[in-house]
Amino acid sequence: MSVMTYKDASRLALAEEMRRDPTVWTLGEDVGDGGVFGQYRGLRDEFGPARVVSTPISESTIMGAAVGAAMVGTRPVVELRFADFALCAMDEMVNQAAKARYMFGGQTRVSLVIRQPIGMWRSSAAQHSQSLESWYVHVPGFVVLAPGTPADNRGLLKSAIRCDDPVVFMEHKDSWDVEGDVPDGDDETVPIGKAQIDRTGDDLTIVTWSGALQVARQAADAAAGKGVSVEIIDLRSLWPWDKEAVFASVEKTGRLVIVHEAVKVCGFGAEVAATVSETMGDRLKTPVRRLGAPRIPIPYAPPLEDLCRVRVADVMNTVEEMGV
Amino acid sequence: MTNTQSPTSGDPVPSAQRILSLFATMCRIRAFEEAAERAVGEGLITGAAHLSIGQEAVASGVCGNLRTSDLITSTHRGHGHTIAKGANPEAMMRELFGRAGGTSDGKGGSMHIADFSVGMLGANGIVAAGIPIAAGAAQAKRLLGEDAVVACFFGDGAVNRGPFLEGLNWARIFDLPVLFVCEDNRYAARTRSGDMTGGPGPAARAESLGVPAHPIDGNDVMAIDALAGRLVEEMRADGTGPQFIHAKTYRQRGHTVADPGTWRPAAEIAEFLEHDPMILAQRFLADSGIAAGDLEAIERDAKQEMAEAYDNAAAAPWPDNALAASDVQDVGGAA
Repeated sequence: MSVMTYKDASRLALAEEMRRDPTVWTLGEDVGDGGVFGQYRGLRDEFGPARVVSTPISESTIMGAAVGAAMVGTRPVVELRFADFALCAMDEMVNQAAKARYMFGGQTRVSLVIRQPIGMWRSSAAQHSQSLESWYVHVPGFVVLAPGTPADNRGLLKSAIRCDDPVVFMEHKDSWDVEGDVPDGDDETVPIGKAQIDRTGDDLTIVTWSGALQVARQAADAAAGKGVSVEIIDLRSLWPWDKEAVFASVEKTGRLVIVHEAVKVCGFGAEVAATVSETMGDRLKTPVRRLGAPRIPIPYAPPLEDLCRVRVADVMNTVEEMGV
Repeated sequence: MTNTQSPTSGDPVPSAQRILSLFATMCRIRAFEEAAERAVGEGLITGAAHLSIGQEAVASGVCGNLRTSDLITSTHRGHGHTIAKGANPEAMMRELFGRAGGTSDGKGGSMHIADFSVGMLGANGIVAAGIPIAAGAAQAKRLLGEDAVVACFFGDGAVNRGPFLEGLNWARIFDLPVLFVCEDNRYAARTRSGDMTGGPGPAARAESLGVPAHPIDGNDVMAIDALAGRLVEEMRADGTGPQFIHAKTYRQRGHTVADPGTWRPAAEIAEFLEHDPMILAQRFLADSGIAAGDLEAIERDAKQEMAEAYDNAAAAPWPDNALAASDVQDVGGAA
C-alpha cells in the first residue's frame, strides 16, 4: 500500500495503462500542460504530444474525434474538464458513442473513457458544479463510474480504460486532494459493477458514491456516538450497480438511506430506492429515504452553496426519523 | 476525343475506361435508390429513406480514388457513398427493409447504413456528426502508423452546424489527411441552404480555416475523379493535411421519399434533369468512342443486380427478437 491523493491515483492509473497499451491516448483542453487540475502533469513528457493531445476548446470534436478514433481501434481517454462542459458534446456522447455499436449491428466498438469531473468545489456556481451522473445512467450503452476514494480512482480508471464499452468516468473535484491507501502493483484494478462496503454496521444502510462518501463517513461516526451502527455502501459504479450488495445490506439492517450530491429529483438515488422497494419492500422496517440537493441551480455565495449540500446534520435527522 | 483538361478543375481528363467504371458505380447507386423508392411505395421500407438521385457523381468520383483501407463517413443520405465504397447492395437493401442479413442486423436502417469491412464508418442521422468522427479516425490511423485517408461526406446544411467549424479547424491544426466533401444539393431538408448561409458559402468557410477549397461541378464525374485523385494522392504522400471539395450538385428528389419535392421551382428541377450526372457521363463516354450498347448493358446489369437485391430482401425474415438486446454493452447490458 502507498498513501496518495485521489488526483495522483488517477494520474498513476493513466500512465500505467498508457505504458501497458500503446493504443491508449488522451485528448482534451490543456492535457499536455497537466490538465486544469494537474491530473495529467508529466504525462506529455513521458508519452509525447501525439498521445497526450492538447486540443482546442471544441468539446463536440474532442468527443466526436474520440468516437472516430475508437472506431478504428484506439482507446482514447477523453478529458472534458468539467461535467458541465460535457453538455457541449451531448450529441457525440449520447447519439454517437453510446449507440454506434448497436445501430451498426455490432460492426464496431467504441472503447473510450469520458472523464468529466463533477461536484461542488470552491464557489464554482451554476455552470461548474453539477453532478449529472444519472443522465448517463439513463442512456443505454454507457458504463457510469463515480469513484470516491484514491484506490477506486486508480483501480476504476484502469478498468474503464480496459473496458470495451464507452465509460463515463466522473471524478469529484472536491476529492482531488483526499488521501488514501492505494494498493501497489501496476496491475491492480477495481472491478466495474462491484460496490465497496466502506464500513459494516447493523442498524441502517447508507448507499452513497463520489464526494458524498465523505459526508456519509462523518454521519456514521456521529451515529456511532449515539449508539447507532451504520453500514456504508459506496456504489462507485452506477451502471452497472451492485444490487446484490445493497440487497444484502438492507436485508440485514432493514433501513436504507441514499445520500448523493446530485439534485434529489430523478437522481440515481431514485433508481436505488425504487429497486429496493420493488424487490424487498416487505422486509423494510421503514420506507426508504433519499437525501440530495434541492432542485435549484448551484449558487455562488458560500452560505447559499451550502444549502445545496447534504450535511451531516441532515443525515442524522433522517436517521432519527427512521426510528433507529 | 479533343478535351484534355476538365473545364471546371483544370485537371487532366481521365481515360474512358476509368470513367466507364465510375459510370457503372453511378448506375448501381441509381438503380439501388430507384429500387428503394419503389420499396417505400410497397410498404417494404418502414422508416425514412433519403435518396441521393442526381448526386451519384460525387460518391462515385471520390470513392473511386480510395483504397479499401481508406475510410469514409457519411450522412443520412448515404446509400451512394456506401455502395461506392464497396458495400454489398443486397445486405444494404435488407437493412433498409429491416430484415435479417442487413448490414446492421436490421437495427439501423437507411440512416445508419454502414459497412466497416470496407471502411465505411457509418451514415449518421445527425447533420455534421460525421465530421469530428472523420477527423478522429484520421488521427488514430496516424497514431497506429497507417497511411489511410478519410473522406468525409456532408451536405450544404452541415456548414451551419458547430462541428463543421470545430472539425475543419481540428483537421487543420493537426494536419490530418481528411478530404472534406461538401455535397451541396442546394437544400437543407426543405429549405434552400443559400438563404440560411451567411457570407460567400462553404468553400470560403473552409479557406478561412486554412483548408484549401476546390469548388467543382458535382455532376461532372470526370472532373470530380481527376480532382479527388490528385488531392488523395497529395494528402497521402506529403502529410500536408486536409482538403475541401465543394461539389455543387442537385437533389432530384425531395428530402425523403415521402416528400415529392414539387415545392421547388419547376424550371430549376428541369434544368438539373438536363444536367443529370448520368447524362454527362454518357455523353463523355459516347464522345470517347464507347458504344451505346455497352452503356446500356451497364445500366441493365445494375438494374438487374438491384432487382435481385430487392427480391431477396423482401423474401428475407425479420431479425431474431434476441438481437433487440444484443450489442448494447458488455458490462451492464440491457435491463
